[in-house]
Amino acid sequence: MRNDWEAVIGLEVHAQLSTESKIFCGCSTRFGDEPNANTCPVCLGLPGALPVLNRRAVELAARAALALGLRINRRSIFARKNYFYPDLPKGYQISQYDQPFSEHGELEIMTAVRDAEGHAREWRPKKIRITRLHLEEDAGKNMHEGLPDTDRYSYVDLNRAGTPLIEIVTEPDFRSSWEAYDYVNHVRQTLRWIGASDADMEKGNLRCEANVSVRRKGEERFGTKVELKNLNSVRFMQRAIEYEIERQIGVLESGGSVVQETRLWDDRAGETRPMRSKEEAHDYRYFPEPDLPPLVVTDEFIARVRAEMPELPSARRQRFMDQYGLAFNDAAQLTTDRALADYFERAAQAANNARAAANWVRTELLRELEASKTEVESCPITPENLGALIRLIDQGRISGKQGKEVFAEMFATGKSAEEIVRQRGLEQVSDVAEIERLVEQAIAANPKQVEQYRAGKEGLLGFFVGQVMKASQGRANPKIVNELLRAKLNG
Amino acid sequence: MLITEADIEKLATLARLEITEEERRALTPQIASIIAYVEQLNELDTSEVEPAIGGLTPEGERTPTMRDDEVRPSLGQKVALEEAPDPALGYFRVPKVL
Repeated sequence: MRNDWEAVIGLEVHAQLSTESKIFCGCSTRFGDEPNANTCPVCLGLPGALPVLNRRAVELAARAALALGLRINRRSIFARKNYFYPDLPKGYQISQYDQPFSEHGELEIMTAVRDAEGHAREWRPKKIRITRLHLEEDAGKNMHEGLPDTDRYSYVDLNRAGTPLIEIVTEPDFRSSWEAYDYVNHVRQTLRWIGASDADMEKGNLRCEANVSVRRKGEERFGTKVELKNLNSVRFMQRAIEYEIERQIGVLESGGSVVQETRLWDDRAGETRPMRSKEEAHDYRYFPEPDLPPLVVTDEFIARVRAEMPELPSARRQRFMDQYGLAFNDAAQLTTDRALADYFERAAQAANNARAAANWVRTELLRELEASKTEVESCPITPENLGALIRLIDQGRISGKQGKEVFAEMFATGKSAEEIVRQRGLEQVSDVAEIERLVEQAIAANPKQVEQYRAGKEGLLGFFVGQVMKASQGRANPKIVNELLRAKLNG
Repeated sequence: MLITEADIEKLATLARLEITEEERRALTPQIASIIAYVEQLNELDTSEVEPAIGGLTPEGERTPTMRDDEVRPSLGQKVALEEAPDPALGYFRVPKVL
């Protein structure tokens, strides 16, 4: 971004809550079923059907609100947001408007500027104000392609209609596309961590929209904002915002003015385009939903949700740094996912060596999991077995190099380190008497080299080490070999 | 509350209704009189009354506030589409949008 300009960005994130049934009826929320199979009079909007709120959706929304630093209102009300679209069978969406579920959040995220390759430079904390987090129902899905005669028809699948969502709205607190990127990743990670949402953007159960404007540095007033949609991944969102900032600066610098509109990101073309709007009369005529009573939550309810909350990723990352002496990047990598963080911590305890456990998990383990498309939960090496492998290395019973071979076999077979070391006869010989015998053999067999060594050619020590290792088939503990050779040759 | 022809035009747009100029002229005073009728309620002092927001059955009983997260049988695709004017391939088919 050019130096004398500043971007002002606000974000709206929609996340699908991980419930079994819909927010106002008992239809399944399962993804991928036959179109319109999971529908009933309530989610089809048939006359006379009445919505009843799903308790679990409220619990998950409360968890999300607390984890993102919002205050939960003891009383909130549902409202109808009226508009016509084929994926909205009732002609209104049940949402919340002037008395939302939770408000006034403040969230600290870690953010970093990126270099040209997208690598983070220096991480620093930044506070983001969250305006509100409210409950609402999702709409169905319109299909515009892949079916017959889509030049004339659209097709509607209402399986998703009525799926519980939370909408999380921030204040315009982001000043760059990377801050927005780091925020959405933080929210995504947190929602997954606390089990509130799968937050999978590919499946559409996490969606975001960005409001972007620019202004000259020092200017207090906001510029005209543009709403960005069709941001199907966090990376797309970052690119779309970046493009949009430059576009707006270009328009303003050439004397034009920014038009308030909705633009769609086209990732293939790498640009945003105005959404074709048919007389977009945005007048939702919100009014209180007469079919639902106010949503009242008690102090006991909030206390219970708080008590059930796991240690959050940012707290855990800090603890990994404090307790195990890990660097920020390493601790951050190990806390991207709760199962991974649990795995590391169990391995670290079993190994009694947290740094080694961190290294093994971050490099070997993640590589193998990635290569075999395995989730950490179904990793063939238990954290206890990885810990035991690390102990074998730390005790000098096998070398680090052998450790990697054993690790590969553990991953392939699920066997323990001990078992593999025993079967393959890998264990290092650390028996001093045994090594001493080999050292004496090596000295006796090479009198010339002994003479040269004693005359000052100390580099020959490596030659003797090699002889002993060869005689032991690589199994002698190198440290003991070195010590004994030195003692004998010098003596 | 003053109701103009422009308000009627906007309402028609929001309701996706096509109305003729003649209908617009006829509807404007009719809707104005309906609103005036409802506005009589404003004469009552309700400042001490808690607003009744939703959740009452026609008999005045409170509706259940929450339900457990349990899946109940749905109608299924066939029944869901039975009353649809133009179903196709398991979907509701509509004139092209977008």
